[in-house]
Amino acid sequence: MALKSWKEIPIGGLIIDAGNSEEYETGSWRSFRPVRDSQKCNNCRICWVYCPDIAVQVEDRKIVGIDLAHCKGCGICAYECPQKAITMIEEALAKEEV
Amino acid sequence: MAINLKEMSAQRELLAPGHRLCAGCAETIVVRQVLRAVGQPVVVASSTGCLEVATTPYPYTSWRVPWIHSAFENVASTIAGVETMYRSLVKQGKMEDRGIKFVAFAGDGATYDIGLQFLSGALERGHKFLYVCLNNEAYMNTGIQRSSATPMGAWTTTSPVGSAVPGKRENRKDITAIIAAHDIPYVAQAAPHAWRDLMTKAQKAIAADGPSFINVLVPCQRGWRFQPEETISISRLAVETCIWPLYEVVDGEWRLNYRPATKKPITDWLQSQGRFQHLLTPQNKHIVDALQHEVDRQWERLLERCKLPS
Amino acid sequence: MALKVGKVRGKPIALDGDRAVAEAMRQMNPDVVAAYPITPQTEIVMRFSDFVASGEVDTQFIPVESEHAAMSACIGASAAGGRVQTATSGAGLAFMWEVLWIASGTRLPIVMHVVNRSLSAPLNIHCDHSDSMGARDAGWIQLYDENVQEAYDNAIQVVRIAEHPDIMLPTLHAMDGFILGHGVERLELLPDEAVREFIGTYKPEHSLLDVDHPVTYGPMDLQDYFFEHKRQQAEAAVKALEVVPLIGEQYGRLTGRHYGLLDGYRLDDAEFATVVLGSTVGTTRIVVDELRDQGVKAGLLKVRCFRPFPATAVAHALGDKKAIAVLDRSLSFGAQGNPLFLEVVTALFTHGFSPKVVNYAYGLGGRDTVPAQIHQVYQDLINIDEEGFIGPPVRYLGIRD
Repeated sequence: MALKSWKEIPIGGLIIDAGNSEEYETGSWRSFRPVRDSQKCNNCRICWVYCPDIAVQVEDRKIVGIDLAHCKGCGICAYECPQKAITMIEEALAKEEV
Repeated sequence: MAINLKEMSAQRELLAPGHRLCAGCAETIVVRQVLRAVGQPVVVASSTGCLEVATTPYPYTSWRVPWIHSAFENVASTIAGVETMYRSLVKQGKMEDRGIKFVAFAGDGATYDIGLQFLSGALERGHKFLYVCLNNEAYMNTGIQRSSATPMGAWTTTSPVGSAVPGKRENRKDITAIIAAHDIPYVAQAAPHAWRDLMTKAQKAIAADGPSFINVLVPCQRGWRFQPEETISISRLAVETCIWPLYEVVDGEWRLNYRPATKKPITDWLQSQGRFQHLLTPQNKHIVDALQHEVDRQWERLLERCKLPS
Repeated sequence: MALKVGKVRGKPIALDGDRAVAEAMRQMNPDVVAAYPITPQTEIVMRFSDFVASGEVDTQFIPVESEHAAMSACIGASAAGGRVQTATSGAGLAFMWEVLWIASGTRLPIVMHVVNRSLSAPLNIHCDHSDSMGARDAGWIQLYDENVQEAYDNAIQVVRIAEHPDIMLPTLHAMDGFILGHGVERLELLPDEAVREFIGTYKPEHSLLDVDHPVTYGPMDLQDYFFEHKRQQAEAAVKALEVVPLIGEQYGRLTGRHYGLLDGYRLDDAEFATVVLGSTVGTTRIVVDELRDQGVKAGLLKVRCFRPFPATAVAHALGDKKAIAVLDRSLSFGAQGNPLFLEVVTALFTHGFSPKVVNYAYGLGGRDTVPAQIHQVYQDLINIDEEGFIGPPVRYLGIRD
């Protein structure tokens, strides 16, 4: 976001665009990336409830993937998955598809 | 609504990604659970701390609900002001009663120490709000300094380990019991691994006719020194060792929510985090014994309060 | 908004300043009041509590557990989109120091009635201006009351000043503790409807309770934005130089009592002038009249609006005087002079004037300042003019050396 002048911003430090932090891609912080095996996944949603970065994507109540723009690679999802359906791989070696 | 992960996963998230908390930080794990359980409409207030600075670095905000931060110690007074204005405007017919709920998030530093006066005052006056203490057992946002929530023996930067002093000397304050002594309708302790327990508590708390308080243990991978992926398992271990019992006080009645089948020894807890590594040497065994004794004493006292056999 | 043009008949009554302010608060019926008792403000909260208990106001009163909590609750309540007021004195104001800055930084139109009291140590509960002067950089608009009528009138006007869309700054008016706070004077009260009509309704642009349009209040600024947010505040403070007299003029049309940024008394052709704010203005008026009877061209400049400081008006009012004494009821230890003096001298200098100006610290800790002492001040000014020599720029009036 380009820096704005004092005349262009709301007064009082107010931020009016709720939830705009979504524009900030914390995915660049990752050293490791979660890779999900959709065959092993049984949609228990444990990964989803424990993700600190709201990076487990759910569509129509089913896990569909990881939001790589925001996932910081903490590894909680892989560690906690009861089905061991998620593995953490080095970001440098990662491929695009999940 | 029923605590059902399937249905809840269809709800819109009230916290947006892109916040700057450390990888593996439990604060947002807790916030997501609490907000989901409380539902909308809600107004949130935060004290100064990790959550506040990391979710609102201007011009970004992760909050999809109305949110206010004013200072470090005064989140209870701030939310009390919001809640009072709501009641005033509704009573005067200046706005419709939308059933707005009020939630405050504050760290242990802001709650146990600098903010205790403000919290106590707000509770005594009976404002209807839920206060969630995010307890990572130190002043983490300023770089891991001891608070009165820091356990005895823990390393922090203001209770460091040296040849003269082996970490924090004092036991931690039992803030949950202090809050329970205010005789408010609902008080509880919770932990992020036990999501069903935490969300049920948040629902009960927000439904209370008066102030409510939940103290949530928030394992901090930076300050406690463990791997980011272990956050949830550390939370589980805290409960299994009885370091952090899960209980509630409902209209003055103490109820234990979870009793471990086997109470794990404190050494399991100490071994899991770098902040306690110095205690595992033979010369510090007396501290470990004192810690185990303290945990046992508090656990027995809790069982007694809950009218359960030891 | 439609205002009655022409004077509204006021009801004459004898009240002390605290009660006059409480009465104004009753008439204004703020949505929330959060306050903590401290001498000599306590009469305000006690009297207002009576109004709450009898149901004469719709105000939700929060009996907070400290002044810091009072201002903190005011911040939450104001951000929630309604009218908020509080009152305090001395150490109470000092205790809220941190949050005064937060209130102004968050641009919340909170109204505060300050009953001036000294700051410890040693403990002193009596009048001086160290409390409000101590907070002069906190970004609040500050008006000073000369008498109980003004305390009442200013209490009402500050609401409109604070909420003005070009301003949106918390605003305080200050009255001398005990002297005005507990001193009974004659004043005229407006009818309730006239007050209500004058303050109108408050419609904030944003509010925490507007849940359909969620807003974040009080974020963290880094090095890239803090300066810009403060620049906005500075701009609003300067705009208040227009808004304060604008509201004062509207109030004048309503009541016959017109208010501006300052007020000259027999000043135009004066050769020797004092600059005063607070209740001592009243004392000085009498001295000026006595001196004029003796043929001395004495005059008085009363400053009503201290923040923002009306530099241009002050400079032009004083520029041609032979000698000027600025009276300060607080000390700024280690500074070149005390708060009002520093403002006056800077105003004169930056507008190209250089008359002789001296500073008198007076009345600290409630020390009584009597006409004879003010006479001495004017005599000193005459001496300065005759001798052409100022002497020590800062003097202490009425002290035992």
